[in-house]
Amino acid sequence: MPLLTANQLTCIREDRILFEHLSFSVNAGDIVQIEGPNGAGKTSLLRILAGLSLPYDGDVFFQQKNIHANREDYHQQLNFLGHLPGVKGEMTAQENLAFNLSLSGLDPTTAEQTLQHVNLMGFEDSLASHLSAGQHRRIALAQLYQTTAPLWILDEPFTAIDKQGVQALERLFLKHATNGGAIVLTTHQDLSIAATDIKKIHLAYRFF
Amino acid sequence: MFNTNNLSYRAAFILLIKRDLTIAIRHRDDTLNPLLFFVIVVSLFPLGIGPETNTLARIAPGIIWVAALLSTLLSLERLFKADYQDGSLEQMLLSPYPIFILVLAKIAGHWLISGLPLLFVAPLLAVLLHLPEQSFGALMLTLLLGTPVLSLIGAIGVGLTVGIKKGGVLLSLLVLPLYIPLLIFATSAIDSATMHLPFSGQLAIIGALLVGSLTLAPFAVGAALKVSTN
Repeated sequence: MPLLTANQLTCIREDRILFEHLSFSVNAGDIVQIEGPNGAGKTSLLRILAGLSLPYDGDVFFQQKNIHANREDYHQQLNFLGHLPGVKGEMTAQENLAFNLSLSGLDPTTAEQTLQHVNLMGFEDSLASHLSAGQHRRIALAQLYQTTAPLWILDEPFTAIDKQGVQALERLFLKHATNGGAIVLTTHQDLSIAATDIKKIHLAYRFF
Repeated sequence: MFNTNNLSYRAAFILLIKRDLTIAIRHRDDTLNPLLFFVIVVSLFPLGIGPETNTLARIAPGIIWVAALLSTLLSLERLFKADYQDGSLEQMLLSPYPIFILVLAKIAGHWLISGLPLLFVAPLLAVLLHLPEQSFGALMLTLLLGTPVLSLIGAIGVGLTVGIKKGGVLLSLLVLPLYIPLLIFATSAIDSATMHLPFSGQLAIIGALLVGSLTLAPFAVGAALKVSTN
């Protein structure tokens, strides 16, 4: 049974059709990379899959159930990371992560040790406004080390992350897939994950 | 490996209020601004109109309530704007908790930060405006019941305008007309108290506004936020 199914999705933005009748499914153990030039609709697609935006037409099903019909169930099974890291400048790195963990129903006391995984040791008590864009990203990504959600939807997770960080994340992705999770992501970087382990969906830029 | 987590609505509610209070305390100038505005506006009236007791006492309820209304409007923008801009609003909408719990927590936080402090300074400002002694109870009661209504109704407007770059004017246009009934009944309650008349009728209507908006506004705000982030 596929984990996530997109059925005949159509998305229209500013009178331009981004994609039409797009259908695919994501199974447990899949890593799916959405490819395409800027403006092709990658982010729109991910937001539709996460349930943040409504498609012009079509439906998204999680384990055969429409995601809008049982939002709370779906969101327990989903970890979405968008363009923006959702990090509060007024709070410390650890407070930010602890809040994110609690909001997903996870144990916030693990925040301190989780920051180790993303190389933020020593920055736990720094206010996030004093940290860099890459470090904000790392705070947001740290949640992936704790989450129990099987489905990850990640929009440009490698933005502002250094080379070692990207490698660590790729290892994490592979581990998640091996454990029976699924990942849908967009990135412009070449992944070092073997081509056999990754499925690609190409969105072309359409002019009308 | 994948299990469902324990979700407690109360824990989520408290979590979000705590976060908002922490941010408000660390961002003091932003938090104090609406309160200062309230104090300054009210204290300018005796200077502009003259210190005549009867005139000031007559207009005091209106001044205090209009100032409270405008000061709330000033602080409303902050309710969801920062969360929208840094992406935490998206994360909230995607959390496994029902949206109305989170929205209710945000609104409660907003009231604690910008509504409750008005109650503490209002009696001092009422003295400044020579409000008769017998009206103080009515003033405090209307503010206690009325300021949460300001936050709740205002949140609907913020939810609808949060995605718009310069939504400030639109927000005022949307929200101010909805505040008018509250303003009328609150000032009328205080006027009745000044004339030694019972004001429980007006208070009951404000109470009804509070209960109505408390139960319905969170759902409206949730729906508005979904539209704004679409």
